[in-house]
Amino acid sequence: MNVALFVPCYVNQFYPQVAIATLELLEKLGCKVHYPLQQTCCGQPMANSGYEHLSQGCNDLFIDNFSGFDYIVCPSGSCTLHIKDHLHSKKDEDAAVAIRKHVYELTEFLTDVLKVKTLNASFPYKVGVHQSCHGQRGLHLSQMSELVGKPFSKPGQLLSMVKDIELVELNRKDECCGFGGTFCVAEEAVSVKMGKDRVADHTAHHVQYITGADMSCLMHLEGILKRQKSAIVVKHIAEILNSQ
Amino acid sequence: MVPEKQKRIKDQVSTYITKLLNRLNSRDKILAAVKKNQPPQQILPGLETLGKKGAGDVAQFTTVFTNIGGKIYEVDSYETVIKTVQEQFPTAWKVATPIEELDEIANVDLNGFNDPHALQTVDLAILQPQFGVAENGAVWLSETDMKVRVLPFICQHLAVVLQAKQLVPTMHEAYTRIGDKQYGFGAFIAGPSKTADIEQSLVLGAHGPKSMTLFLFP
Amino acid sequence: MTQGKKHPALSEKFNADEPRVNWHDETLWFIREKRDKAAWQIPEWETLRDTASQIKHNVLSNLSEYLVQFEEQAKRNGVTVHWAADAEEHNKIVRKILQQHNVIKIIKSKSMLTEECGLNEYLAKEYIDVIDTDLGERIVQLAHEHPSHIVLPCIHWKKEEIGELFHKHLKTPKGNADPKFLTNAARLDLRQSFLTRRVAITGVNFAVAETGEFVVCTNEGNADMGAHLADVHIACMGIEKLIPKREHLGVFLRLLTRSATGQPITTYSSHFRKPRIGQQLHIVLVDNGRSTQLGREDFRNSLKCIRCGACMNTCPVYRRSGGHSYHATIAGPIGSILQPNLDMKKYADLPFASTLCGSCTNVCPVKIDIHDQLYKWRQVLTKEGYSPVTKTIAMKTMAATLSKPGIFTFAGKAGRWVMKQLPFIVNNRLNPWYKQRDMPAPPKESFTEWYQKNRKE
Repeated sequence: MNVALFVPCYVNQFYPQVAIATLELLEKLGCKVHYPLQQTCCGQPMANSGYEHLSQGCNDLFIDNFSGFDYIVCPSGSCTLHIKDHLHSKKDEDAAVAIRKHVYELTEFLTDVLKVKTLNASFPYKVGVHQSCHGQRGLHLSQMSELVGKPFSKPGQLLSMVKDIELVELNRKDECCGFGGTFCVAEEAVSVKMGKDRVADHTAHHVQYITGADMSCLMHLEGILKRQKSAIVVKHIAEILNSQ
Repeated sequence: MVPEKQKRIKDQVSTYITKLLNRLNSRDKILAAVKKNQPPQQILPGLETLGKKGAGDVAQFTTVFTNIGGKIYEVDSYETVIKTVQEQFPTAWKVATPIEELDEIANVDLNGFNDPHALQTVDLAILQPQFGVAENGAVWLSETDMKVRVLPFICQHLAVVLQAKQLVPTMHEAYTRIGDKQYGFGAFIAGPSKTADIEQSLVLGAHGPKSMTLFLFP
Repeated sequence: MTQGKKHPALSEKFNADEPRVNWHDETLWFIREKRDKAAWQIPEWETLRDTASQIKHNVLSNLSEYLVQFEEQAKRNGVTVHWAADAEEHNKIVRKILQQHNVIKIIKSKSMLTEECGLNEYLAKEYIDVIDTDLGERIVQLAHEHPSHIVLPCIHWKKEEIGELFHKHLKTPKGNADPKFLTNAARLDLRQSFLTRRVAITGVNFAVAETGEFVVCTNEGNADMGAHLADVHIACMGIEKLIPKREHLGVFLRLLTRSATGQPITTYSSHFRKPRIGQQLHIVLVDNGRSTQLGREDFRNSLKCIRCGACMNTCPVYRRSGGHSYHATIAGPIGSILQPNLDMKKYADLPFASTLCGSCTNVCPVKIDIHDQLYKWRQVLTKEGYSPVTKTIAMKTMAATLSKPGIFTFAGKAGRWVMKQLPFIVNNRLNPWYKQRDMPAPPKESFTEWYQKNRKE
């Protein structure tokens, strides 16, 4: 299976280990992974801030890099959702539409396309799962607490295949962490308060690691954890699923 | 025509139209604006798949009604109702009821007066709703059941007499029961008046009755 | 009171008292949880939401026809129908009715529409005394404040503070903060108002085009105590409050209170169709920007709103900033998509007071795509020029950097170098991130660099 790897801009620059883990995991599961070298960003930071009209350059670059792949996989719910909902091109809208149909977030790719049933991973720690909003409510990676419907969780399904992992139940299953893109600095007070409250929920359940499908949420929580000198460490789900 | 003259005529026409529009009353202005901006037609959904068939579940109604602060007495006759009222409520109370079978305990005349303020001293009003709704513990009364509109609200305590077989499962069946009745006023009443406005602390007895008692016939 | 301050500054102020924020947040979260419990009691809950949404879509696509039908039916029932194009006209209509009856003291039950029109302030200027009879509204009225939540007006007040307020205005004993005692004090005090005032103003939860009737939902019974004793009942409503048929009330009354407070239904759902014999019943239909919003393709669905407040209860930002931080009549997620329609400049900050988490859209009983509309308003407001210049410059720089691989690589490398070698450049108080969070540790290389070293053939 030919897969193109789409790496979020800040993961590329600040959390390369997440992209490495994603690459290794996909290869372990039998994919031939291509990494378009000229990729940069999906354009979400500008678009969510009201500057969608400035993201055309990013869009065209994305289309140049990712056209022609049957599967584009990204270890980020929000970036994937942004491409799915907002990739447009004045130059070649057909190419944009094709890409939107073929882009997948990592965990949904594993459960829905590769249909992974077992993993050769071990992570003997107590782990809290952060449900990133765009992945959950946008991509439906797991059931939403507001809705009356059957529970399901693609990340949860994959994590339960990891040996010796202990997943904890939080008090608030899917409350937002407060990152929200430029919200994290434009509304700093509320953003941090939201992050602190999420951290407190995990801390109250004595987790050793907080994981999730979006490094942006984890980056925000990590910033608060480090400021609190907490022993809790954040780890992207790709790293856990790829752990030996 | 000379351009200046053209412009003058254009301005005059524009002013005239503006004056005309301003003389349009708000009703016409609003309706015109709404009509202009209405989205394309979307058809009404049917309601057939909603609700429950059959009669309303008595156990469900009892549970919900109690949870919302009401008190239920299961009775089999009006004599029992009278006896319960005499036992549970002070004999000095002013009791108003249009239910003939309860004439014995009624001491407020509900006939032929025209000032609702006169009912401000009623301690207990006993009314007969048309039916109850199992899913939310509400009973439906129309103006004729109330006799005077303010009665079920102004009394200090409210009691109702209801037959269990007059229970419907959900609000959908409730409105089927109501049909196209031409009441002047009607209300669903679900338990005593209440508020949680002070730090989400539930208090029974806001501006309406402080308690609601339901005498449930089979 | 908020003096032109915007949401970020106001919510920063709100967050200065962390224990109080926790209390506000937990109180509203508790209501969200009650809502969830109530929804789970109805296996067909999602179908109900869908049905309600479709009914409202039908209403919006036939609104002018339903308005005419409603007016016709209401008039036939003996009701006087008035039309107000804007807030000022609404206020003038109310005042005229009061003047015709020589009334200078009135009672009012909950109506966010009258809040929107600034009715109380307008009437005060005309020396007309208005007493708000909903307990929460009475509390904020005595405190000279506006409601902070459309359903729970004084959710931001603690009981000790209410006790102090009642001690001052109702002469309750000092230090008494018992909700039961205070509520009873309000009951006795307001009962006098109900018994003596001759004009009652109420809101409208739903108006039925088919029958010309309207429904008012309360837990306290204050709308009824007012309306059934008054000589004149004036009901004020936004034109979007219509529903086509009486049977549709079944759908909406099942959704409204469960969404708002988790109760299966309000204590009173009062259906007013005709005036009481000897009484006058007036309905004031208000536009005030609604017809404009109807014309906005991306935002017209905000008019489906039935004012339940569920979006506020679930919003993690609202719970941690409080209604007053939105400096608007309607706060929270729904307010953020309604208010910019009235004044883009004044409310340009509201759609940005959100992480676009989407919880609001999920709890909305009429399935308004709130978080999608928040995103779209951001684009509109930016294009209309309501973004600060500094932000535009930053965004243009970001767009340039992110659309050119060469610059992107260089910027990333430079950033990592600075963070490693000269950390104080980013680790200081000028960096808003750094105020309460540590920066991420700079890795030695980007993923692209690692890939080029380790994988590129």
